[in-house]
Amino acid sequence: MSAKIAVKGLKKGFITDQGLLQVVNGISFDVADGEFVAFVGPSGCGKTTLMNIIAGFDPPDEGTVKVDGASRSGPSAKGILISQHGSVFPWLTVQQNLMFGLNGHAPSNKEQLADHYADLVGLKGFEMSYPHELSGGMLKRAELARALVVKPEILYMDEPFSALDALLSLRMRKEFLRILAEERHTVVLITHDVEEAIHLADRIFVLSARPAHIKATFAVPFEHPRRLSSPEAQGLKESILRELGV
Amino acid sequence: MLPSLTVIAVLIAVWWLVVDLTRSAIFPTPWQVVMGTVELIRDGTLWEHIGASLMRVATGFGLAVLFAVPLGLWMGWVKGAFSTLNPIFQILRPISPIAWIPIAILWFGVGNASPIFLIFISSVFPMVVQTTAGVHTIERRYLRAAENFGVSRYTLFRRVIIPAVLPQIIVGMRIGLGVAWLVVVAAEMIALHSGLGYLIIDSRNAGNRYDLVISGMVIIGLIGLSLDGTMRLLEGLKIVRWRYVR
Repeated sequence: MSAKIAVKGLKKGFITDQGLLQVVNGISFDVADGEFVAFVGPSGCGKTTLMNIIAGFDPPDEGTVKVDGASRSGPSAKGILISQHGSVFPWLTVQQNLMFGLNGHAPSNKEQLADHYADLVGLKGFEMSYPHELSGGMLKRAELARALVVKPEILYMDEPFSALDALLSLRMRKEFLRILAEERHTVVLITHDVEEAIHLADRIFVLSARPAHIKATFAVPFEHPRRLSSPEAQGLKESILRELGV
Repeated sequence: MLPSLTVIAVLIAVWWLVVDLTRSAIFPTPWQVVMGTVELIRDGTLWEHIGASLMRVATGFGLAVLFAVPLGLWMGWVKGAFSTLNPIFQILRPISPIAWIPIAILWFGVGNASPIFLIFISSVFPMVVQTTAGVHTIERRYLRAAENFGVSRYTLFRRVIIPAVLPQIIVGMRIGLGVAWLVVVAAEMIALHSGLGYLIIDSRNAGNRYDLVISGMVIIGLIGLSLDGTMRLLEGLKIVRWRYVR
């Protein structure tokens, strides 16, 4: 079986006043269909740059990104990016946001689908609310629902829960796992939170400091629901932290 | 509210006192201004003047909105349009609308078209500038999200660009209408036979009726205030409220 996402030899740099700043330095990996991979790395290591390339928003200087064997030429609804700061449109209601990406559906179907996913993420009763009337956690739910409603094959998540407080972040992770159990997606997650990666991912790539390359790969062999306090999980966490130099 | 009413009351009292003490033959007391206003209301000319001024502002301002908003959106979205047209607008913008009066009379004579043209000229530039700036300041994450969902150009404009810029358009309209109201009075003082500007200059010319001059000034101020209040109501619309919270 060929990989869902095949990334080969990615390099990316930016021209600055001090000359060329290499940010991504030769990254290659494969993601299987339905797999959940996470990247952890120190802040400022080029994680977001890497994500923008994989999701199709920025072209790499060198290397290729193939999705289902085809070279990527820009973003598409096949893979939706959920970014750290969120991009729920503040001028649309929750329902309008969820219906935004639904093309080619009859209007009544759109509403049904939107309401179904609002319900799925726990936003029932807030369909007609505007984003500024929601709390930070609810805003994340809306963001997630808007991505899920278009039934993307891939979710690209760039620090999706890091703006939330620890408790809320944990709750969102659990709910996200519950949703993934219902509808399987291929997920690429970027985070600086090792515990979050162990909680969610099947495989974890550890990135080096800038310019980023993959330093180590860890499989996460634990069944869901995972107990992060188990000795095995703690051991894995320590190995990853050691790779990160902490 | 109470302090500002007190200031107004004190000003009127001082005015009254000074006129009484100096025994001015020409400058009216507040009471004479009130009686002059009653006279204008009784013979019906006040409504004619107000109606004439408002009609000119509505026409010139309306045309300016129809012209400025699409132009501003275009200039904001298309780089070439901005770099081509922006220098001309930056040169034309600081020219006082009053400086256009001789040209307006030359082109349009002394009928209604002249003040309408002047109002158009005065309100169109701030609205173009605000709309263009509005497009330029749309946050990239929203444009990226729209790109990600692969929506049509029509949806992009209707659901993202227009609502994102709307608050700025409303700011531009507030500025534009404020300038338009300043200009209509000035334009009516030069030519024409109706309007609040005409009322002021005619009252002075026809027998030094300074009570009517001041009455006209106060009415201009009050109408200007309520026009601005009306534009402020637009800021309360649900679709733009996101911009003014937080």
